[in-house]
Amino acid sequence: MALSFEIPGDPIVIRAAALSKHFGSTEAVCGIDFSVRYRECFGLLGPNGAGKTTTVRMVHCFIPPTSGTLNVLGLDVLRQPRLIKARLGVCPQENNLDPDLNVWDNLRVFARYFDMTGRPAEQRCEELLHFIGLYQKRHAAIDELSGGMKRRLMMVRSLLNRPELLILDEPTTGLDPQARHQIWETIIRVKEQGTTVLLTTHYMDEAEHLCDKLLIMDRGRIIKEGTPRDLIAQNFSRHVVEISSADPSVIGVLRQAGLAFEISATHCYVSADDGVGTYRFLSDRFGEERCLLRMANLEDVFLKVTGRNLRD
Amino acid sequence: MVLNNLSWRFWRVWQRNFDVYKATWKVNFIPPLLEPVLYLFAFGIGLGGLVQNVSYMGRDVTYLAFIAPGLVAVAVMNHGFFETTYASFVRMYFQKTFDAILSTPLTLEDIIFGELVWGATKAFMAAVIMFVVLIGFGLISLPQGLWVLPLSFLAGMAFAGLGMCFTGFVKNIEMFNFPVFLFITPMFLLSGVFFPLQTLPGWAQVVARFFPLAYLVSALRGLLLGRLEISIVSDVLVLLVLAAASCYIGIVLMKKRLLR
Repeated sequence: MALSFEIPGDPIVIRAAALSKHFGSTEAVCGIDFSVRYRECFGLLGPNGAGKTTTVRMVHCFIPPTSGTLNVLGLDVLRQPRLIKARLGVCPQENNLDPDLNVWDNLRVFARYFDMTGRPAEQRCEELLHFIGLYQKRHAAIDELSGGMKRRLMMVRSLLNRPELLILDEPTTGLDPQARHQIWETIIRVKEQGTTVLLTTHYMDEAEHLCDKLLIMDRGRIIKEGTPRDLIAQNFSRHVVEISSADPSVIGVLRQAGLAFEISATHCYVSADDGVGTYRFLSDRFGEERCLLRMANLEDVFLKVTGRNLRD
Repeated sequence: MVLNNLSWRFWRVWQRNFDVYKATWKVNFIPPLLEPVLYLFAFGIGLGGLVQNVSYMGRDVTYLAFIAPGLVAVAVMNHGFFETTYASFVRMYFQKTFDAILSTPLTLEDIIFGELVWGATKAFMAAVIMFVVLIGFGLISLPQGLWVLPLSFLAGMAFAGLGMCFTGFVKNIEMFNFPVFLFITPMFLLSGVFFPLQTLPGWAQVVARFFPLAYLVSALRGLLLGRLEISIVSDVLVLLVLAAASCYIGIVLMKKRLLR
């Protein structure tokens, strides 16, 4: 892959400083700073309305920032959007494949927007259709594809121009586990080939699985930043015991024992560094079938820092 | 600002639309072919049997020869306007085609201008089909009749531009009924397609001065009936100014709509 911008000393692919976006009186993004390094898989997490998609759309020059600076591949999003977009791959939240064209023409016509024409463009389309296993479906209409196939096609469409930065806005939302894992494999292979990836997701396992660095956003602001491992280590004990009851009697016992815990409508989540000891103590009291010992994960951190309230 | 962001890449959008057109060319080809034949049959032969020759610039012409240029003009208007209203709206709103193209090196100005040129192309193609049919009927005096073709493209840009202005702010696709009933239909009936404008009362002639179609009808009639008058130049100038202004405003309105 061509990596023309790989100049020593500038390993930053995206640099945002005091970046804001307002829609009328709504502040979707309020003065955030972050940077994405070359070859990193950078994840944006946050509840609905946190400003993830707005941030991503500013990066791929779809909407202009209200204030602040945003540099992508060393170029300014307001002054050089055409040059930036030529080197990006974008896979938005909603599929926007061209329903007027079949699978093959979707890729061929899209490649043409990047001035890729003739035999080299056709070879690239063939290569990518094989890559995602849709070559046999190349004459199919878009309506005939399953949800997973459409998503895979969206994904390779964004790879046509061999992008240096790939932007994925909720790449696996609504997909079955098979399709999800296939998308994950694709992302990992693209990353191994040297592409920097910026992705948003609601799935914590996805973030843990794919991302080198994470940023948790809420209400347009950054609230946590770090590697998945660090975020868990800094914000949670190592283990969690889930009790499938939020009965006052259960809560009473936890209080008496001086344990740290959180309550939802149906469960208690006890965090502990000595998971095994705590589990033994709790399963003796409430029965093994109501207790579950597991490692603390990103979802625990996410719910802790963004709260359990619904956002929509 | 609009011109700064416009590049030859608009051609890629034109190519995209042409590819779709080619894939379904049989369906796309038949209506513009049937339309003129039906009109000529109904108005020229049916109504023409009742109507005597029409006096045009001090010369008697058959009713069929009188309305033929008007029918070309109507086809140009309908195809140009339809393409950038209903068809562009579907691509923009339902298919999200513009959103997809925006993630490539094309700008919104390129995309909308590509749509406008495509709309003018559809108008031009309708005019070509009509032109061929009219030659068959012996209703075109050549070679100056050939000027009809470039003029159809220019007028196509004007009507495509007007359509895009409406697409820039309608909330849903049903709202296009307003410009169609309040703008296109009155223009169709009162721009001198079916009778000389001079037969209308004075105030209606004044209203017709605001109808772009009237200028196109007047220019095409002069060309097709072999009456090269200086008024054709002024008609063309009006269409030229209208095309430039409507395309520019159309792009500005679409930009406002899509990029907040």
